[in-house]
Amino acid sequence: MSLETDTTERARPEPIQAVPVRHPGRWVAVAVIGVLVAMFVHLLVTNKAFNWAFMVDEMFRPPIMEGLRGTLALTVLAMVIGVSLGVVVAIMRLSENPILRGVSWAYTWFFRAVPRLVLAILFGNLGILWARIEFGLPFDRQIGALFGVDDFEARLFGFSALEILTGFVAGMLALGLSEAAYMAEIVRAGIQSVDEGQTEAAQALGLSRTQILRRIVLPQAMRVIIPPTGNETIAMLKDTSLVAFVPVSTELFFQLKAVGNRTFQVFPMYVAACLWYLLLTSVLLVGQYYLERHFSKGFGKSAQAKIRLRGITAEAGGSASEAGR
Amino acid sequence: MTQVTTTPAAGAAGTAGDGVMVRAEQVHKSFGPVEVLKGIDLEVRSGEVCCLLGPSGSGKSTFLRCINHLEKINAGRIRVDGDLIGYRERGGKLHEMREKEIAAQRRAIGMVFQRFNLFPHMTALQNVAEAPVLTGRERKGAARDRAAALLQRVGLGDKLGNYPGQLSGGQQQRVAIARALAMQPKLMLFDEPTSALDPELVGEVLDVMKDLARDGMTMIVVTHEIGFAREVGDSLVFMDDGVVVESGPPREVIANPRHDRTKAFLAKVL
Repeated sequence: MSLETDTTERARPEPIQAVPVRHPGRWVAVAVIGVLVAMFVHLLVTNKAFNWAFMVDEMFRPPIMEGLRGTLALTVLAMVIGVSLGVVVAIMRLSENPILRGVSWAYTWFFRAVPRLVLAILFGNLGILWARIEFGLPFDRQIGALFGVDDFEARLFGFSALEILTGFVAGMLALGLSEAAYMAEIVRAGIQSVDEGQTEAAQALGLSRTQILRRIVLPQAMRVIIPPTGNETIAMLKDTSLVAFVPVSTELFFQLKAVGNRTFQVFPMYVAACLWYLLLTSVLLVGQYYLERHFSKGFGKSAQAKIRLRGITAEAGGSASEAGR
Repeated sequence: MTQVTTTPAAGAAGTAGDGVMVRAEQVHKSFGPVEVLKGIDLEVRSGEVCCLLGPSGSGKSTFLRCINHLEKINAGRIRVDGDLIGYRERGGKLHEMREKEIAAQRRAIGMVFQRFNLFPHMTALQNVAEAPVLTGRERKGAARDRAAALLQRVGLGDKLGNYPGQLSGGQQQRVAIARALAMQPKLMLFDEPTSALDPELVGEVLDVMKDLARDGMTMIVVTHEIGFAREVGDSLVFMDDGVVVESGPPREVIANPRHDRTKAFLAKVL
């Protein structure tokens, strides 16, 4: 760019080689942390209560692995329910229909107000309300009585509540329905983050409300929705441990606890639980990083900067890789 | 020969017989307690370019948005090509139209916004081809071909695969014009199409609009570009404070404004 001017003829000044600012505080901090870490490692190695050999021996056994599968399945299913229902609840919340808005508000209010643990245990005991779950005409007995027919039943099919509301299903529903309330808030924020002009432009083209939402607004809202959804997934993975109290037996924490109770080696199994959840969330964190990177394409500051860089190098006639450095 | 055959045909296709594309009668619009439009009467004939001028806050953009029902009017009537916009008159009573019917009416009216409002997650080509496909007018392949041709027409044949973020303001606005044209509207509304552009980019957008006017498109343009109004406009409407202050052939109004408010405004912008 500057080739045409005279700057090249003047000698380039020496690069600055200044003495950097010293940070003695950092060295003090390193020393303090070093001592603390050493104490912690010493504790891990010398304290017999950890019983490492026993823990490692137990934490990969088949029942634990089955619990692990259950935990992963529960996380995925609860998130699927949470995200899909959450989108519906968010759209209802933003609807022009006051009834839908009210229903959505009540839903979010209830499921955000009740703790997940309480919800999970409550759902586990729903079988007390009904012995059987049946589908048919509502209030059939009352309607029958109205017309003088005793024991009038208009039911199409039904299940035993115990068959349907197993601990796993109860836990999945409790987690999924509660998650939907949080996801609804996230999706709503995402939808509202999209510029009003986008909807107007699509309206002016004659697109329907559903088309605008599906093709124009939601794809742009994704950028805002994805990062917190990643956090929610990680939180969900950890919250699956709550359903151990439903109780759900095919679940990681339940299985680890069971081993601990059976062998009177409770503490090592809690440490095992820590390690398992650490491992699982770490894997999710890596996934989240790549997902976020994917969805910020074409939007983020770095993307804009790259585009600008490309333009500049094209103007200057340089190679893109050179400017990229 | 061609002149004789095309003129009546265009008249029959474009209007409800009397050659009037847009007829607004006593249009009133309030936002809460503030009355923005205080009885606008306006007639735009088919094939005409009507320029709306006026100070900011005079209600010209609001009026434009009423024409495709982006804003609901409180009183009066707006007819496009003979059809009442947003309502149906039955038994002396007005009935609100359903969302779908309003969408169908909007398909015949193209709109270009001050801030382009291109869809940032789609390429230029996708921006233009999206609506014809979604509304079931065209298959994907045909829509893409026509979108490419439209982008070619606005001088962006080499930018089909670019995202809006990779285009300059002037290029984005030309894509927006192509996007509106893709629905083959009989009327185009321009809401200050060059106001958000760097001065050196205004010309390329105005050129596309001039080209469109030459092809006989009916256009209503809210603008501050006096030069464009004088050169391309068939009529000029000067609005202030929610009313039409004066209107007429652009050259006349600009050269000899009759009203003080028009004079004061023109003195500022010329």
